Amino acid sequence: MSKASTDFASRNVAAEIPMRLPDAAEYLHINIGPSHPATHGTVKVEALLDHETIVDCDVDPGYLHRGFEKEAEAHPYIQVMPYTDRLNYVSPLTNNVAYAMAVEKLADIEVPERAEYIRVIVSEISRITDHLTCLGPASMELGAFSVFLYMVRAREYLWQLIEEICGARMTTSYARFGGVAQDLPMNFGGALRWVIGEIHKVVRDVDILLTRNRIFYDRMRGIGILTADDLRSYAVTGPLLRAAGVARDMRRDEPYSVYDRFEFDVVVGERGDNYDRYMVRLEEILQSCRILEQALDQIPDGPILVDDRRFALPPKEEVYANIESLMDHFKLVMHGLQPAAGEAYAAVESPNGELGFYLVSDGSGKPLKCRVRPPSFIHLATLRQQLVGAQIADLVPIFGQINMIGGECDR
Amino acid sequence: MAGAFETGEAYLAALQALLGDTIVSQHAHRGDMTLVVQTSAVADCLEKLAAAPGLQLDVLTDLTAVDYLPRTPRFEVVYHLLNFGTSLRLRIKVQVDDGEAVPTVSNLFLSANWMEREVYDMYGIVFDGHPDLRRILLYPEFEGHPLRKDYAKEAAQPRLELRDHRPWRDTPPEGVG
Repeated sequence: MSKASTDFASRNVAAEIPMRLPDAAEYLHINIGPSHPATHGTVKVEALLDHETIVDCDVDPGYLHRGFEKEAEAHPYIQVMPYTDRLNYVSPLTNNVAYAMAVEKLADIEVPERAEYIRVIVSEISRITDHLTCLGPASMELGAFSVFLYMVRAREYLWQLIEEICGARMTTSYARFGGVAQDLPMNFGGALRWVIGEIHKVVRDVDILLTRNRIFYDRMRGIGILTADDLRSYAVTGPLLRAAGVARDMRRDEPYSVYDRFEFDVVVGERGDNYDRYMVRLEEILQSCRILEQALDQIPDGPILVDDRRFALPPKEEVYANIESLMDHFKLVMHGLQPAAGEAYAAVESPNGELGFYLVSDGSGKPLKCRVRPPSFIHLATLRQQLVGAQIADLVPIFGQINMIGGECDR
Repeated sequence: MAGAFETGEAYLAALQALLGDTIVSQHAHRGDMTLVVQTSAVADCLEKLAAAPGLQLDVLTDLTAVDYLPRTPRFEVVYHLLNFGTSLRLRIKVQVDDGEAVPTVSNLFLSANWMEREVYDMYGIVFDGHPDLRRILLYPEFEGHPLRKDYAKEAAQPRLELRDHRPWRDTPPEGVG
């Protein structure tokens, strides 16, 4: 840790915004974004250019800030769930599950086994969709348009599966406190296994097209390097950290849900550059397929929601049949879940890294504080260091490999 | 929590041995070890926690604030620490009142730079020694600090003049690049 602190003066943002420094007038001052096809999600990078080299830049997020935390403080806990869909909107199920886990920790709620398996299945499906959404456009931005189309087609199958489970492709709101909203559809196992076969084909094809491709390799190798010490100081997690050789994966190191029952590899790179990030994500898709197959083999029958009327709605048939269930339903819908006063932090290994929710309860039905620990925002903070001294043509690949999702970054 | 300690008591004992009487209070609600420390000592505490051989909590994964209006002190600034290898976790909190500043930790952790900017943006809490304390998610002309409990969700903001900067004619307004 002390190694990082010696270099801070040069790497921490200057006391003056770079564009207002006296010698800034020598350089070309341009805006990249916020409305730009390759800065996915709205981010502005104000850059000072010396011909093709980025002398300095100021990264300006916040164009998609919608006040998630303020809204969460004004809603009962369950009504915050649809807002979580819109955080990392390419893996919404992961956000749903992470938020539900945080509330379950705060309120001390247990989740039945089948629901845990379903959560793992949807989380891994979300991991694959997120990685496809990162790698597809990243390849397109380097000129490999076919790769984008192959990946988007594979992603389409996954979204259709998600739609069969949750009713929606992106606005899923699938997790509930104590389980999930509804059970998996019939023949889901068969459908998912078919899709996993298609995913394998796409990954193999992309591997053939890109991994040893001269142009791709030259554009990605050695670009955007961050050392493991830097990454630790920036609190970077997920594929960016693993690409630098740090074998940290919360599914292995702090297992949650039923992840300790599956065999899978933690994919680790070597040099922490764009090429390794790409390869880590590509291989992680295959590891997610492994987990999905094991989950389908192991998933037990059983309830998908905890049978505790303090947190979970009773089945509708009972609400109409007896007065106690009607009262439970009324109480939950009108007042919602009211965890004891206190605070809790729960995190998952999202496709981008550690996604956590820090909740503070004052004993009422609305959170006093609902903080998202947003990996996209934290990782975007590394962009300036990666861009200073780089070529302008490297900005798009570097930015793409950070996989900054606007909804999670700006909240 | 995980990590190197068998019991919560052992962990707490190690923390007390390291930080001594800078600890104001502690709890372990839902298994999350949490310490409230003196505001002036927070940078020292985080530095010690990162360096201590048995702890090495050298990753600042999260930095946020909570508004407990009408309690005084009004705010809590919350730091979440982690060790990548052992998965040991700790939550450190400091309690500050409106107008009170907090020492920055951006010289210890690169992640703190942006996160302290966000706390300043949303709560108006100033971090002493931060090299670049300006708004990060909201625009520079925004008035107020929206996550404060006395900022109404529906509050309107003033309309702005168009930023129509022409270098041969004007100097740029303050705070705008």
